Amino acid sequence: MQNTSPAFSENVATALHDPGLQRALGRAKKPFAQVRANAVAKLPEFEALRDTAKAIKDHSLANLDFYLEHYAAVVEAQGGVVHWARTAADARAQILAICQAAGAKTVTKGKSMISEEIALNDYLAEHGVVPIETDLGEYILQLRDEAPSHIIGPAFHLNREDWEASFRKAHTHLDPDRVFAEKRDIQAEARAVLREKFLAADVGITGANFLIAETGSSVIVTNEGNGDLTQTMPRVHIVLASIEKVVPTIEDTLSLLRVLARSATGQEFSVYTTFSTGPARATDLDGPSEYHVVLLDNGRSNMIGGEFQDMLRCIRCSACMNHCPVYLSVGGHAYGSMYSGPMGSVLTPAIFGLDQGHLLPNASTFCGKCETVCPVKIPLTGLMRHWREREFERHLTPTPMRYGLGLWAFMARRPALYRRATRLGAWGLGILGRKSGRFRWLPLAGGWTRDRDMPAPEGETFFARLARQERGA
Amino acid sequence: MSAMEPRQSNQREAILGAIRHGLRRGALPADQAAMLRGRMIAHPRQIIPARTALDHAGLIALFTENAIREFCTVARIATRADLPGAVADYARAQNLPMRAVVAPHPALQAIDWAHAMLEMRFGRAEPSDLISIQEGFAGIAETGTLLLSSGATTPTTLNLLPDTAIVALDVARLVGPYEDAFDALRAAGAMPRNVMLVTGPSRSADIERTLELGAHGPRRLHIVLIGDDAAAATG
Repeated sequence: MQNTSPAFSENVATALHDPGLQRALGRAKKPFAQVRANAVAKLPEFEALRDTAKAIKDHSLANLDFYLEHYAAVVEAQGGVVHWARTAADARAQILAICQAAGAKTVTKGKSMISEEIALNDYLAEHGVVPIETDLGEYILQLRDEAPSHIIGPAFHLNREDWEASFRKAHTHLDPDRVFAEKRDIQAEARAVLREKFLAADVGITGANFLIAETGSSVIVTNEGNGDLTQTMPRVHIVLASIEKVVPTIEDTLSLLRVLARSATGQEFSVYTTFSTGPARATDLDGPSEYHVVLLDNGRSNMIGGEFQDMLRCIRCSACMNHCPVYLSVGGHAYGSMYSGPMGSVLTPAIFGLDQGHLLPNASTFCGKCETVCPVKIPLTGLMRHWREREFERHLTPTPMRYGLGLWAFMARRPALYRRATRLGAWGLGILGRKSGRFRWLPLAGGWTRDRDMPAPEGETFFARLARQERGA
Repeated sequence: MSAMEPRQSNQREAILGAIRHGLRRGALPADQAAMLRGRMIAHPRQIIPARTALDHAGLIALFTENAIREFCTVARIATRADLPGAVADYARAQNLPMRAVVAPHPALQAIDWAHAMLEMRFGRAEPSDLISIQEGFAGIAETGTLLLSSGATTPTTLNLLPDTAIVALDVARLVGPYEDAFDALRAAGAMPRNVMLVTGPSRSADIERTLELGAHGPRRLHIVLIGDDAAAATG
């Protein structure tokens, strides 16, 4: 997908005035928080498991080189092939080479954010290999040529009429007058259409939620079963995973799985959690005869040992965005990156560069809700603040904001001047606004007052009142 | 792939090198590497939810309760000889054909299916199969989850292709937490190619967040628990 993060401000304006999107967001807002809260309430060990999950990921990252080498050796001992990809372009070329060697015409795909990150579909299509997304949400986005707006519910911004219209347009072999009486009729049509694709595909590409060093397994988590059909039916299975997905053992994986579904969809466990270990064995009756793993770096190794290493703990549950007041107001597309919400605001500049993603870390009120629900306790607001500092250092901050921050810093370092100026301001605004108690417009704050009124100060600053009360006491 | 090898080893070294640069060290010293290998061999457990600390009757009850909440149906029978009757009853009740593809597992092949007027084929599933019967490796009471492992007698396609999946499971194979099921799997030999943890029938909520069953995998998941509590206690 095309990264449009630099147009964040314009994207936000569009999103706020998109009635379809606002309807979809309204539908999601409450359940997102509710389902997680219900699942957490049912597991008394949940808070302790968050600490365990964090410790497992920290341990894995502190020894990432060791576990990657061990993982790769075990995969290859079981007949799998591991491909190391430094960049997105390397991964795309490696995947295409595997598809071409397999003589692949069509490729089915399980949901993979890494695939979005490296813009794999366009690349395969340009080279004569037809990619078919099989996750229901990803499938309709492919039909509509849209990007995902959420890392686990990629099409949650769409409404039922969008689904019907897209299916009528794409599935021209079916009766044009058919009726979709229920939502399940839409799902049934996708199931029938995609079933044919699963059976015809030469190669299946899945992502991985975890890679297990101990057993050389890749783990995927789905509710639909599309990932399983993708990795079971074709002759060749390609796992596309980023390097930070590796964890030491099955037991470590199980602890992470206990927090993943609960944080994501509020399920106790997803429907299908599948461990794939190498190609089909000699006595197996089904399964792929080739098993490839493409290990993608794409900027992650540079995050190791630095201030953004904590972000590599992320297990892509989406709890942070599901609880983010900014995300829930503008949706995922506004971020202009496949990674949106708080996790996307930290990850996008790390992967695509600060010049591309520098606006996103500003898309936060720092309310901190994301941190309180993160199953691996990533200090998301702190990481966004690091990016804001770098943005300022690299002069990427918009000029008026730079001047504003400069002025504020000048004042803040001179307490006497600061207090005198704020006292004057509060007094002046207090008198001017005495009548209505609010301002409909203020000089230099037109952007702020366009959508709301500014409450008038009561004529006294916080410092002044504090001093007065302390004197009184 | 041989033409790619030099470039491949460059990329591998570049990635590992960048990680080590970030960690401010070279390759892990031998003693530390040995410690990490030891941890993988010991594969220590972490927190096990207290809800799984039950006797066997309790595990059966918790498994059943959780599986039903996840939209499974669960039947109990005393012995394997009752399985054809249970399958036939289920198929009739759901108005399904009396035909199924069955895992070529010894415990399922030894059964007299014709007795219950069932037409059975043993092997992997084909797209035209409507009902499959799989032999479960374990049942996990913690969340009502089945562990299905691939192998010569338990093909994976049975778990995925048919509309209706039936899983036969001896009650002695019910455990509390996931960890117990994987310990049993380790004891049975090398990690199978495919291990599926299945919790209910396939579903999606991608359309307007409304949960609908039967996305790509089975629309129905019927679990037949075999054996009584006494058999479980000795099993």
